[in-house]
Amino acid sequence: MMNFTLNDTTRFLLFAAVILTMPIWLIPLGGGYPDLMQKFAIYGIFAIGFNILFGLTGYLSFGHAAFLGVGSYAAVWSFKLFTMNVIPAVLFGVLFAGLLAFIIGFLSLRRSGIYFSILTLAFAQMSYNLAYSVLTPVTYGETGLQLSQQDPRLIDNLFIEEVSTGLPSTTLFGIKMSGYSGFYFCAVILILCFFISMRIFRSPFGLMLKGIKSNQNRMKYTGLNTRPYMLTAFVISGMYAGLAGSLLAVTDPLAGAERMQWTASGEVVLMTILGGVGTLVGPMLGAGLIKYFENIFSGFDNNVLTNAFSFLPDSVAEVVVPVVGLFVGGGWHLTLGILFVVIVIYLPGGIVEGLSRLMAMLRKRERPVNGNMKPQDQPGE
Amino acid sequence: MDAIFLQILNGLDKGAAYALIALGLTLVFGTLGIVNFAHGALFMLGAFCAVSFNKLLTISTKVEDKTVTLFKAYKEKPYLEIWFPDAGPVLIDFAIPLSILLAIPVMIFIGYAMERGLIKHFYKRPHAEQILVTFGLAIVIQEVIKAYFGANPIPQTAPDILAGSASVGSWIGLGESVVYPWWRLVYLVFSGVIIFGVFAFLQFTTYGMVVRAGMRDRETVGLLGINIEKRFTIVFAIATVVAGLAGVMYTPVLPPDYHMGMDFLVLSFVVVVVGGMGSLGGAVLAGFLLGIVQSFASMTEVKAILPGIDQIIIYLVAVVILLTLPRGLMGRAGVMDD
Amino acid sequence: MDNLVLHLDNINKSFGGLKALTDVNLQVEEGTTHAIIGPNGAGKSTLLNVCVGRLKPDVGHVTFDGQELTGKQPHEIAQIGVARVFQTPEIFPEMTLLENVMLPAFSKRDGAFRMNAHHQLSSQAEIRDEAEHILEDVGLKEQMLNEAGSLSRGDKRRLELGMCLILHPRLLLLDEPTAGMSRHDTNRTIDLLKKIKSRGMTKIIIEHDMHVVFSLADKVSVLARGQIIAGGSPEEVREDERVKEAYLGGAH
Repeated sequence: MMNFTLNDTTRFLLFAAVILTMPIWLIPLGGGYPDLMQKFAIYGIFAIGFNILFGLTGYLSFGHAAFLGVGSYAAVWSFKLFTMNVIPAVLFGVLFAGLLAFIIGFLSLRRSGIYFSILTLAFAQMSYNLAYSVLTPVTYGETGLQLSQQDPRLIDNLFIEEVSTGLPSTTLFGIKMSGYSGFYFCAVILILCFFISMRIFRSPFGLMLKGIKSNQNRMKYTGLNTRPYMLTAFVISGMYAGLAGSLLAVTDPLAGAERMQWTASGEVVLMTILGGVGTLVGPMLGAGLIKYFENIFSGFDNNVLTNAFSFLPDSVAEVVVPVVGLFVGGGWHLTLGILFVVIVIYLPGGIVEGLSRLMAMLRKRERPVNGNMKPQDQPGE
Repeated sequence: MDAIFLQILNGLDKGAAYALIALGLTLVFGTLGIVNFAHGALFMLGAFCAVSFNKLLTISTKVEDKTVTLFKAYKEKPYLEIWFPDAGPVLIDFAIPLSILLAIPVMIFIGYAMERGLIKHFYKRPHAEQILVTFGLAIVIQEVIKAYFGANPIPQTAPDILAGSASVGSWIGLGESVVYPWWRLVYLVFSGVIIFGVFAFLQFTTYGMVVRAGMRDRETVGLLGINIEKRFTIVFAIATVVAGLAGVMYTPVLPPDYHMGMDFLVLSFVVVVVGGMGSLGGAVLAGFLLGIVQSFASMTEVKAILPGIDQIIIYLVAVVILLTLPRGLMGRAGVMDD
Repeated sequence: MDNLVLHLDNINKSFGGLKALTDVNLQVEEGTTHAIIGPNGAGKSTLLNVCVGRLKPDVGHVTFDGQELTGKQPHEIAQIGVARVFQTPEIFPEMTLLENVMLPAFSKRDGAFRMNAHHQLSSQAEIRDEAEHILEDVGLKEQMLNEAGSLSRGDKRRLELGMCLILHPRLLLLDEPTAGMSRHDTNRTIDLLKKIKSRGMTKIIIEHDMHVVFSLADKVSVLARGQIIAGGSPEEVREDERVKEAYLGGAH
């Protein structure tokens, strides 16, 4: 347990290297363009943050989309009111999401188990419905919050006299946040987020949260006031979601209420589960895979399929194309649903568990005479 | 007075749908210990049973349209009307209530298959995993329906004879303005019958007695040598049928589309939790209550005072009840008491 | 006899119509081991639950070293210095033994809430050393990197004892610490408990096994049908007619 220091450093460096070289190794996989990679990074942050709550404490929140949405709104307002610089936008996104998480968490954490899930869901749905109705002056309801030329942009206008035509784009002190620079901005933040998450996992705080998941009663009887710790975890994970939301606004400066809908909350749960709950890299893996397949699969339409299966005789292709078509393009969600069910049934630990099982199997094959006596096989007392 | 009564009536039919879905959810949770996020999808499947049955009855062929005399025109005419000129149109008119006959076996089969194929393996798994796997299943069902029936709502009509509105107000001495669509009245009565039926089944049959005992203490019932697994399957099938029938009959009120299940599921879960996990009476009570509360919140007078209240009222009630009464309205101690 | 540290004052507790505890008065002297014995269903575990805040008495007060315990949350009582070993071992089965013992130390240090997310476990050498030391005391050091869930039941109890010891409690409550143990394991546990006796910790022990009671206890109280019917030194209690009657004529 204690000799992980080197191990973790390597792990972190490896993670950083893999993320930063994405533009290279994703090309053969057909995913090497900035927009998509930005999505990987952003949803990776979202899932990593969600995992700090769900993975460590076992509390399943069905309302994290609310924080994602608030982060987006706050960021776009920062673009509109102050400056197109992304730094304040990101800070505002994190701040407001943190505030909302504090309120929702403070109330929801009075209950546990499914009651907690329903409470978070109820709060998120309230936020979503309010964003569509009463809060229209702030959220612009169904049209969504967008930039316009009439925006005050107080800080930017102090420095720039020339009146530009068209909408301005987001910048980092002059560097335009589009294309590769946008991706690298998100990637650096992702790596930072991963580092923080790793530190939390290895801290007494993380161990305490795991203790709450494992045996909340015992934690109480050892003198731990669980509530503030849970709230801290909740707020941290809400801030991660807000950060992800503000980054979504950085790549595309508009915000809509649909980002707060509970299906979005479901998506981040799915990513975390798929990758591996409670593991460090699992959520990133899950987020990347889902966004990758979403992008690839939903791009397939019948024409693409017909071309792809053109090597088959016509009579066979006529059957195959519609069947496959069910699962791709607009039917991508069907594939997603099946994947979800299969993962939960056969691999509750997600991809990470699958990989480690595979490793164990391979290792066993190498050294077949390794008599591993399980501890529970010991004779009773 | 009239306005208040009207709002109560308006809330009842939605409340009835909530109550029926929540009843099944609670039954499944109370006996099987399963948190079923696919339950809304079953409601939606029921609705699409009605759509399919309607389609089945109106399979048509092209016949010459004699009303057009200038040129040869063709129109679609259902085979049923061609074969049975008298009974055919009536059958088609009554497609929705008749589709119950189709929905019952279909829903039983779906319930059976779902329980044996999937739910069975999750009895001993944590609630979080149950939620996740049924959530995934709900997505699958939803997408399959979308693939076959498209994404748009498919309006269904109630039988002609029930098309208008009943002047409920004049029956009970209130103003003439209090009118209520006949079909919704039918829906109310129908849900009343189903709810009564489920309760009677649980109360008066030995079978139901075992189920109720299982809701209180599953392990002991298992120890008595009763094959609880087999009963679980049947309970699950009952819950499936209840949800399905609720969906069938709701089609004239709300044109079914593929995501209606999810919309109702979220609300029904709120209903279940407000009623108290594991309490059947609580689920029904909370269903009607929340339906009515929601209907009052959508009155223009109320909205003028509290803008947007209609959008969040259900969730607000849920939050307040959960925070003040941890076990909901009628939940017992010991159920999900963590 | 002046340094009475724990006072149970006229405790009454009923569940529904069932009276579990009636007018229980008990004083425990600092640094002693006080055994509570009695037939099954006498209310022994209820008494402990009242002490640690799991149950709130209907009537009566529990004070420890002048501090009122009644109505306090379990974690507050634990922070005051009351620790408990449960009848069924309450441990963290997915974690290593070492983590199991380190966690309570963090709880004690930061339990009331202190931000410790920026620290790293690897830099907590003091707590780690102490945890290893305690694992050595309870005889589990060799297995300290194993998962706790894989331990035998007796070892789980010893682990839980270790988890309580690292809290340096001033009052340790033990609910049948040797139930289900072999004679050999029981003797090891008795030795261990004797060893920690010298640390000046006050202990209340609930036990069926008279061998354990007479090897450890300074004082014994007998609980039957929710009432204390006798008390005194082990020898006095052994000779007491009411005790014999309670055991023989009781619910056995």
